[in-house]
Amino acid sequence: MAAVQVSEAEKVYIMHGVRDDLRLDGRGCEDYRHMEIETDVVSNTDGSAKISLGHTDVLVGVKAEIGKPRAMVPDEGYLEFFVDCSANATPEFEGRGGEELGVELSNTLYKVFNNRHSVDLRSLCICPGENCWVLYVDVLLLQCDGNLFDAISIAIKAALFNTRIPKVHISEDEEGVKEIELSDDPYDCMRLNVENVPCIVTLCKVGHRHVVDATLQEKACSVASLLISVTHRGTVTCVRKMGGGSLDPESIFEMTEAGKRVGKALHAPLMELLQKEESLGKKRQKVGFLG
Amino acid sequence: MAGLELLSDQGYRLDGRKATELRKVQARTSVFAQADGSAYLEQGNTKALAVVYGPHETRGSRSKSLHDRAVINCQFSMATFSTAERKRRPHGDRKSSEMSLHLKQTFEAAVLTELYPRSQIDIYVKILQADGGNYSACVNAATLALVDAGIPMRDYVCACTAGFVEDTPLADLCHAEESGGGTSLALALLPRSGNIALLQMDARLHQDHLDALIEAAMTACKGLSKVLDDVVRQHLEEVSVLTRD
Repeated sequence: MAAVQVSEAEKVYIMHGVRDDLRLDGRGCEDYRHMEIETDVVSNTDGSAKISLGHTDVLVGVKAEIGKPRAMVPDEGYLEFFVDCSANATPEFEGRGGEELGVELSNTLYKVFNNRHSVDLRSLCICPGENCWVLYVDVLLLQCDGNLFDAISIAIKAALFNTRIPKVHISEDEEGVKEIELSDDPYDCMRLNVENVPCIVTLCKVGHRHVVDATLQEKACSVASLLISVTHRGTVTCVRKMGGGSLDPESIFEMTEAGKRVGKALHAPLMELLQKEESLGKKRQKVGFLG
Repeated sequence: MAGLELLSDQGYRLDGRKATELRKVQARTSVFAQADGSAYLEQGNTKALAVVYGPHETRGSRSKSLHDRAVINCQFSMATFSTAERKRRPHGDRKSSEMSLHLKQTFEAAVLTELYPRSQIDIYVKILQADGGNYSACVNAATLALVDAGIPMRDYVCACTAGFVEDTPLADLCHAEESGGGTSLALALLPRSGNIALLQMDARLHQDHLDALIEAAMTACKGLSKVLDDVVRQHLEEVSVLTRD
């Protein structure tokens, strides 16, 4: 991640601001930065979304491929995650520089999203034990300015909402050999139910309080952060402590409560926006990077 | 040509273009705030993103730096979802290493590197969606990003591909035309001097046709240079309106 240098005086300034619920850019402790989301930006994918959160820019593409289900769960499809920390984001990611962060991010995403409580994995099954849909969720970091997890999770939810998987017809010949036929009609497709897909809320402990959507400067002042994935009902599906410092149990409890509150409030406007964008259909002016 | 008819009897191509017609080019500079220069370019359905960092001190070992000019460091990568079939790795394979090398050669010919001795200029390009002419989209996007970063250049570098079907040179090939098995020539031009920064052709072609093909690619590049110039001028206009007192 792009490193920022924060002096002692700046740290004190930021921490005192957080204590008074007023951050450097004028936000309160539980406010997100300005967010822009657009879906269906890459036409080579089955679903895609682009999000910019402050100066953090993320592009997510979902591609559906037919694969073999895992032996443990023969009647479910699965999701694969790959996070590409491209050199576009910061020169430190050049070559293999971004790999470590990429693996960390993709493993966390895998834990958060690839379970039947988040996505209806059963609907991805084509033929139990033989074929299923594998959704390759590829995340591309274009610019990093803190709070990667939240931005990525929102983008993934939007991309999954946008995903259209072609319907399949299975035919069987006399010898019992099954043949899978994909529908040619691009409108004959299956949509995913993203109602229960969680969003990640990262809370950074700065001084005695915690802030949501920390910028890189604020992150430099915090000892540790807590990552909470919350569904639209406010159910917590994953909690993870990140960073080098330690947190006391009481503040973890407080942070979880705040995360639930913020996460719950995040889902409604997101879904509303996605539905609105969808209802515009072909009339929607595609902006992408040109806007 | 197998199956597909790349050029109809009426002189139209698969996507309805005439032989010398370019795809629609749209671009924007300064897409990112953190980089020193950035640009996004769409050439038909091919979408490229270029970011420039520098000139700055050489990273890593000091032995890489040159005492009389700047080092140009390029990395080409493709988003894993950019192609019809999903790619396993965004960069590091043979093809993208080759592409990085070509970009480096192209921009060493255009950037006034001798103005920045012992320093480094990073150019990172990413293909977000591939539909033929990846190299040219990258060069055009990187040119805009370099202009955005304020790095002095001899001239814009404009690149375009050209193919040859039924004795007719076709400008700016799309993926279907590129993969049709015909000849494809990539050319990077410094339009004002008319010098060629990079020329590459991997297929077989009769020598008599080569001149016509290069001529077609050069005309296409000159057309592109106008588009790029317009993008830069328009951006400057917007910025100057915003910063006026």
